[in-house]
Amino acid sequence: MFRNLTYTASAAAGLAMTSAPAMAQTLDEKVNEMFANSTGWFVNFIFSPFPGTTFPWIVMWLVVAATVFTIYFGFIQFRAFAHSISLVKGDYSDPNDAGEVSHFQALATALSGTVGLGNIAGVAVAVGIGGPGATFWMILAGLMGMASKFTECTLGVKYRNEYEDGTVSGGPMYYLTKGFAERGVPGGKILAVMFSIFCILGAFGGGNMFQANQAHAQISGVVGDYPGWITGIVFACVVFAVIVGGLKSIAKVTEKVVPFMGVMYVLAALVILLMNADKIGWAFGQIFNGAFTGAGVAGGMVGALIQGFKRAAFSNEAGVGSAAIAHSAVRTKEPITEGFVSLLEPFIDTVVICTMTALVIIITGQLIQDPNTGLYLLDEGGATIQTIDGNKGVALTSAAFSSAFGWFKYVLAIAVILFAFSTMISWSYYGLKAWTYLFGEGHTKELVFKIIFCVFVVIGAAANLGPVIDFSDAAIFAMAVVNIFGLYFLMPIVKAELESYMSRLKSGEIKKYA
Amino acid sequence: MSGKIVVGYDGSEASNRALDFAVERAKSQGGSVMIAHVLEWSAYSFLTPTELEERHKRRNEELARAKEALMDPTVARLADSGVAVETSIKYGHIANTLANICKESDASQIVIGRDGETSLGSRVFGSVASTLAQAAPVPCTIVP
Repeated sequence: MFRNLTYTASAAAGLAMTSAPAMAQTLDEKVNEMFANSTGWFVNFIFSPFPGTTFPWIVMWLVVAATVFTIYFGFIQFRAFAHSISLVKGDYSDPNDAGEVSHFQALATALSGTVGLGNIAGVAVAVGIGGPGATFWMILAGLMGMASKFTECTLGVKYRNEYEDGTVSGGPMYYLTKGFAERGVPGGKILAVMFSIFCILGAFGGGNMFQANQAHAQISGVVGDYPGWITGIVFACVVFAVIVGGLKSIAKVTEKVVPFMGVMYVLAALVILLMNADKIGWAFGQIFNGAFTGAGVAGGMVGALIQGFKRAAFSNEAGVGSAAIAHSAVRTKEPITEGFVSLLEPFIDTVVICTMTALVIIITGQLIQDPNTGLYLLDEGGATIQTIDGNKGVALTSAAFSSAFGWFKYVLAIAVILFAFSTMISWSYYGLKAWTYLFGEGHTKELVFKIIFCVFVVIGAAANLGPVIDFSDAAIFAMAVVNIFGLYFLMPIVKAELESYMSRLKSGEIKKYA
Repeated sequence: MSGKIVVGYDGSEASNRALDFAVERAKSQGGSVMIAHVLEWSAYSFLTPTELEERHKRRNEELARAKEALMDPTVARLADSGVAVETSIKYGHIANTLANICKESDASQIVIGRDGETSLGSRVFGSVASTLAQAAPVPCTIVP
């Protein structure tokens, strides 16, 4: 979800640093140095390419898993798609359960954690490097990722903890321990502890510092440059009010505005596509052509493929395990139903929203082509495609949308800030769940985590912490290493659930209420 | 016809007037009264992860509070009225859920109060009373 953007983040934060206080700068340098020395090996390991290629093995790990789950569950993402939508609509919900968490609510909350900067800025990075062809591979990887989500979220609900007071806790740490014990496989506890550690680190980094950093970059892009710690403190206060003060009103406003922003973003993209309806055929031609030829991008077809796969994997978090935490609170007697619902998540995040961003960038002609050969022209470094104003990352998306509607850059800035905020709230919860798994529940223990979380908001907005962000991104993908390893052992349990449910659905034992 | 009268009840002045009206009718016709309280709820609202986690607990608390603070005192008050009283507490869209309660309990009519306000809000969004007047599956009495 975050890694591709690191260089834009670093660049933006670098600008902010020039005006930040000297004290923060020395602190920043110290932290950078400390992290780079002690964690560099870990980052390099997670993002290292296969020997002789530029293809990071972690991306292959996610894509192979998605393919295995897709085949093992017989293309469940296509077979169950219509049923998933019925479940979200509430057709199978018992009216007497009204007032409990609905499928729709679980999905909406999980989505607000994944839809974010990856969909706006990350896609621009992918298309800027991999060309339009990257879109094809991104969509393919998004479709495959639906099966990973299905697997992990079913397990998340099946093995959640339900406490006497009625609250629930779920996620990979619970299914790794309980599921492994049930299958008689040792090591579940160790995996769960590893997952929790990576989840906490990922929550502080990608789920927090990076978001604060990009939000500040957006605000200063609109109102002019000013010190990042100001943004940081404002954000930290708001986050503090929500997660420590329990100030629901802010969270409620965000939770209402974020989906609205998401819908508005897609609608704006659709309007731009309609305005350029004559070019849609051409744009898809570019996508298919680029997918298999590369159309002049660095690395050719493989370059496009890597960028597309990376973007999808990092945007929808399928296989990372975070969604299993968010989805586990739903009220259902059948864990598999939440698996069905969750498979819509990569579809909405990647196949719909990311594709919209890519299409708008392509169709508004941001990428410069050689008029004679039709190949994309590369800039001086030879790595990225030339764009009209030399824009990259979120600036490229902003330019593409603004070419149709001049005012859209302000809407986009607000969207980025809100998406960043909702992602932070979601990850503060994921991190907290991992934290309480390790250290136990308790008011003081939870408060410690929440305060550390808020401190990291300020650090993230104020400083240029390239190595720290690299490390926390690596931690998020390390979550996927542990989680998917576990999923391979637990997928027969999901299969048994699936077969039982499908036969009862067919026989009419599971019936519609609406 | 069962002679059961459903009363939409939220403890307000208007709903108490409706309840008194219904009890009088039940007395004279020999029917019973069902006091129905609906907690406004949409399955399509947006919640934070923490709210999701605590939802089941909160729901139990809300139901208990509605029973203790609203239903129990009212049922006690009607104990001497000589009319059989049932209660129902549900979540959902208020008017639609009241309509469903009528259907499920096989009621013969529904009585609700209105506060008589013609505020802009209720003009734009409609009120429970006017929605039920349109949508109730049984005869609907609106007590002013």
